[in-house]
Amino acid sequence: MSTRRIFAHPARYAAIAPYLWMVLFFLVPFGFVLKISLSQTAIAQPPYVPVFDFSEGWTAIKAAFAQLSFDNFRLLISDSLYISSYLRSVVVAVTSTLILLLIGYPIAYGMARLPLRWQPIAMMLVIVPFWTSFLIRIYAWINILQHDGLLNKILLALHLVSSPVVWLSTDSAMYLGIVYSYLPFMILPLYATLSKMDTSLLEAASDLGSSPLQAFWLVTFPLSLPGVGAGALLCFIPIIGEFVIPDLLAGSGSMMIGQTLWLEFFTNKDWPVAAAAAVALLVLLVPPLLLYDRLQRRTLEGAK
Amino acid sequence: MARRIGRISPFNITALALGMAFLYLPIVILVIYSFNASRLVTVWGGWSLRWYHEFFNDRAMLDAAWMSLRVAAVSATIATLLGTLAAVGLVRGERFRGRTLFSGMLYAPLVMPEVISGLSLLLLFVALNAERGFWTVTIAHTTLTMCFVTVVVQSRLASLDRSLEEAAMDLGCDPVQAFVRVTLPLILPAIAAGWMLAFTLSLDDVVIASFTTGPGSATLPIRIYSEVRLGVKPEINAICTMVIALIAVLIVVASLASKLSGARGESAAPL
Repeated sequence: MSTRRIFAHPARYAAIAPYLWMVLFFLVPFGFVLKISLSQTAIAQPPYVPVFDFSEGWTAIKAAFAQLSFDNFRLLISDSLYISSYLRSVVVAVTSTLILLLIGYPIAYGMARLPLRWQPIAMMLVIVPFWTSFLIRIYAWINILQHDGLLNKILLALHLVSSPVVWLSTDSAMYLGIVYSYLPFMILPLYATLSKMDTSLLEAASDLGSSPLQAFWLVTFPLSLPGVGAGALLCFIPIIGEFVIPDLLAGSGSMMIGQTLWLEFFTNKDWPVAAAAAVALLVLLVPPLLLYDRLQRRTLEGAK
Repeated sequence: MARRIGRISPFNITALALGMAFLYLPIVILVIYSFNASRLVTVWGGWSLRWYHEFFNDRAMLDAAWMSLRVAAVSATIATLLGTLAAVGLVRGERFRGRTLFSGMLYAPLVMPEVISGLSLLLLFVALNAERGFWTVTIAHTTLTMCFVTVVVQSRLASLDRSLEEAAMDLGCDPVQAFVRVTLPLILPAIAAGWMLAFTLSLDDVVIASFTTGPGSATLPIRIYSEVRLGVKPEINAICTMVIALIAVLIVVASLASKLSGARGESAAPL
C-alpha cells in the first residue's frame, strides 16, 4: 500500500521535462499565432507590428491590448478567395473520406475474414506504406500519371484512348493521391472493429433465413459503425489541412485552406493574415475533433 | 451451410488483392525505374546504377540528405526520451496538477495540420530571434514526434502488470531502481518502435521543416519537394528508392528486435 504512494511521486516528476517542453514549443507558439492574427500588417522584418514591449511595463501591455484588431478576420470573411478555399477544404475532405470508405471497407473486410494466422501479415502489409515516406508515395504517382507516364502508355497500347490524357494537375489526380496516402488510416480502425466481431451472429442471421447480403447489411455493417466513424474522422481531420498533395497533384485553380495559408505566408508575406487563416482552420477542426473524442470515449466504455 | 459464412470468398480475395496492388504497385514501379539507364524517365533504357552515381556526385543533395539524417537521429532521440518520460508520467503519475492540459498538449499535435504547427513554431523562433537551421528544425520535429512516441509507449505501459514493479519494491528496490530494472526492459520494444516512428516521421516531413529551416540548410524532403514541383527527374527516383530501402531495413530490424524480446503483437504497430 505504501509502496504505491512512494512510487507515485517519481513518476510525476517524470512529466516535468516533457511538460515544460510542450508549454514552450506548443502552447506558447500557439499564443503567438492568436496574437499575431489580431495584429496589423506592417512592412518590417518580421512583417507584423511587434507583440509586446515588456520594457515599458504595464502601460505597454495595455496599449498592446488596445491595438488588437479583428481586421484580419474581417478580411478573411470579406474576400471570396478565403471563403472559397475554406469551402473547398470541406468539399475535398468529405469527398475523399467517402471514397476512402468505399475502397477501405472491402479491404478491411477481406482482412478480417482471412485465416487467423494470415491476419498479422496482412496488417503488416497495410502498415508498411504508412511508414514509407508520404512525399515519395505522391512522387511515385507523378511518375505514373505524367503526360508520357505509364498509365497513358498502357491506355494507348490497349487502344482505350487515342491520345495521351491529361492526368496531372487535375482534381482526379489530387483525389487519387489523397485516397492513396490515407488508405491505411481508414483500413486499420475498420479492420479493428471487423476482426473483433462475433461471427456466430452471422450464423444466427443465416439460420434465421437471411441471405449473406442481408446479413451483412443488417448485422455486420451496423456493428462496424464505430470503426466507420473512427476511420472517417481519422482521415477527414488531417485532409482538411492538407497542403502537399493538392499542391503537387491538383491544378492551379482553386486552393484548399492550407495552401492559402502557405501562399499568404511565403509568397505574400502577410503574416497576420496567414495567422488568421490558421486560426480559421483550427476552428474548422473543432467539431470533428470533439466528435472523434466522444466516439473514442464511447468505444472505451463499451469495451468495459 | 452456416459454416461457410465469413470464410474466404472470391470477393474477399479480390478486394484484398486489388487493395494490396493499389498500395504497392506505384512504389514498385518507382523502384524499378530508379534503375533505368535512360535520361527520359518514361523510356526504358536497360538496367543501370547511373542515377545512384549521379546522386553521390550531387553536393547539394548529399548535404540535404546528411542534414535530414542528423535532424532525424537527434530529434528522434530527444523525442524518445521526452515521450517516454511523458508516458511514464501519464500512466504512473496518477493525478497531478495540469494533467488534462498536459495530455491535451500531447494529443493536439497528432491531429493539428502541419501548416499550423510549422507557422506557430516559426513565429516563436522569430520572436526569440533564434537563428534558423539545424536546431530549429530539430526542435520542431522533436515537438511533433514526441507525441507519437508517447502514444506508442503509453499503450504498452498501460497494459503492463504493475504488480511486477511492486514485487521489486517489496524485494528492496527503490521506485527508480524498480522502474529501470523491471519496467524499462519490458517496454523497450515499444520505446524502440517509438524511436523508429519518430525517425521516419522526421525524415518524411516537408511542411514543418520548410517553416522552421533557414537559408542554406534544406532537408532532403525540402529539396525533393522543390525538384518534384519542377517535374520528374530520374535522380529523384534513385534517392526515393534509397529512402525506401533505409526505412524497410529499419522496419525489419524493429520487428526482429520485438520478436527477440518476446513481446507479442508489438511489432512496429504505430497506431
